[in-house]
Amino acid sequence: MNGHDAREAVHRAINQVAPDVEPADLEAEARLRQDLELDSLDFLRLVETIDTSTGVNIPERDYPQVSTVGGLIAYLTAHG
Amino acid sequence: MGDFRMPSLGADMDHGKMIEWLVKPGDYVHRGDVVAVVDTDKTVMDIESFEEGVVAELLVDIGATVPIGTPLARITATPDDGSPAAERPAGTPAPAGRAAGGVAPAPPAAAAAERRAPALGQAPADGGARAGEAPAEHPGAVSPPVRHLAHVLGVDPATVRGTGRHGAVTRFDVERAAVPAAAARPAGVDAGEPGRVRSSPRARRLAAERGLDLASLTGTGPGGAVREEDVLQAVAAAPVAPPPPEAALPLDAAGAEAQAKTPEPESVQAPEARQREASLRRAVGALMSKSKRTIPHYYLSSTVDMAAAMVWMQSVNLQRPVSSRLVASALLLKAAALAAKSVPEVNGFYVDDEFRPSPSVHLGVAVALRKGGIVAPAIHDADTLSVDELMERLRDLVARARAGRLQRAEMADPTITVTNLGDLGVDSVFGVIYPPQVAMVGLGRVMEQPWAHNGMLGIRPVVTATLSADHRVSDGLRGARFLARLDELLQKPEEL
Repeated sequence: MNGHDAREAVHRAINQVAPDVEPADLEAEARLRQDLELDSLDFLRLVETIDTSTGVNIPERDYPQVSTVGGLIAYLTAHG
Repeated sequence: MGDFRMPSLGADMDHGKMIEWLVKPGDYVHRGDVVAVVDTDKTVMDIESFEEGVVAELLVDIGATVPIGTPLARITATPDDGSPAAERPAGTPAPAGRAAGGVAPAPPAAAAAERRAPALGQAPADGGARAGEAPAEHPGAVSPPVRHLAHVLGVDPATVRGTGRHGAVTRFDVERAAVPAAAARPAGVDAGEPGRVRSSPRARRLAAERGLDLASLTGTGPGGAVREEDVLQAVAAAPVAPPPPEAALPLDAAGAEAQAKTPEPESVQAPEARQREASLRRAVGALMSKSKRTIPHYYLSSTVDMAAAMVWMQSVNLQRPVSSRLVASALLLKAAALAAKSVPEVNGFYVDDEFRPSPSVHLGVAVALRKGGIVAPAIHDADTLSVDELMERLRDLVARARAGRLQRAEMADPTITVTNLGDLGVDSVFGVIYPPQVAMVGLGRVMEQPWAHNGMLGIRPVVTATLSADHRVSDGLRGARFLARLDELLQKPEEL
């Protein structure tokens, strides 16, 4: 998956899980838990949404790599 | 029969706004039928009737905000119409149910629950609004969530043979009954209620937001009910109002709602949103002040080794698709529910100067709302659910709470509440008890800590669990027992 598609997929998934998050807040450094205030259920839904939309299944052991918006985009770019 | 009143949908609710009437004068309503939709400051909820009879008069107009207890409609009794529902008044044991109850193998706890069953009906009776509610564990009884499911599926619960404990009608019974019921009814026509389009609350809301007439839509749900998907499809197909570019994508309710609201000029919504926010803060403030004024809280804290639980969870998750993975909260909540079951002094209500323990554990789960505020709807009988079931309920509950679509029964009757603020980063949280409950459990973040064990120092995932409890009901010794039990349970996650 190219970087553009990955970014699109991540933004769309976050919008679905947390519609109140402003697109402007989706900077690469933004942390999903602390900055976007996703709790563990939101995070699981995000992982599930991404799995459905892109086919990339993020295993639990890789969660630390996808704790920021940028990390998540990079992960999809590498694995998608 | 009597008045249908604005119910209390949580201890911090003092008024509600009538959003929609689903019945009109002359309609026949059964107990448990959803008759109106009410907006509290926190969420929009379907309200069921506690009465059976004919709607004589609607007393409150749509858009009116009234205090709890205000009569909303007058419901009058009718001669026995011979329907199965009429033959079995509330709480009367049904012979078939008793037989079924006798056959079902009774778990060890059932006998104790039965002995204490009378306490159930008295639970959190604030005002007369709940007086007609049937005790959940009577033979042939139908719990509110099951009743709601029955309503959604178009099944009359009184005609369903219960296979649950003591003959109670379970979700499974209703679902089984729904298949032939749906097949027998012509699609799109609800035989009993001409003029009313059967629809889900989500669908109604969405249709209203999009300015669509439900009657103009083709329902694909049970009994021809209009579902959210039908509305979304109609929206996508509508040539008017050019849909935003993403409209063709599958959207969940929250996404759809956000989209529907985006075009609104902010200046129109802002004052109402501010007012709502202020009203919500006042309600939370009033309830918490009442709690601190009337409940002598004591606080305990215990740090629990989560290594066994996390290892178990990770190994389980490894073999599962994302959609059925567990989160640590599910294990913690299950352990909290079981611990509450074994320490009755923390599970129940303090009403009229006395403690009424609850035989069931309805676990309130504090959910932070994104727009501010917090709701604590209940996961019913959480101690009897498997971790997977509990996880599923948790996901469903949080999603609906955030989307503002909880059900009345869920809001009204938690017997103990858990706040899981740790999920958002704090190490520990000491909650304020929701009256008339008598305890609040606080769960912190699962974090790695240096941990001494058998004379060795290692690094373990741990969680700080706290208990805020009511000194009128228990002392620290019993409270400590609760936390100790929680710890014990989490050491054997596979047995949860």
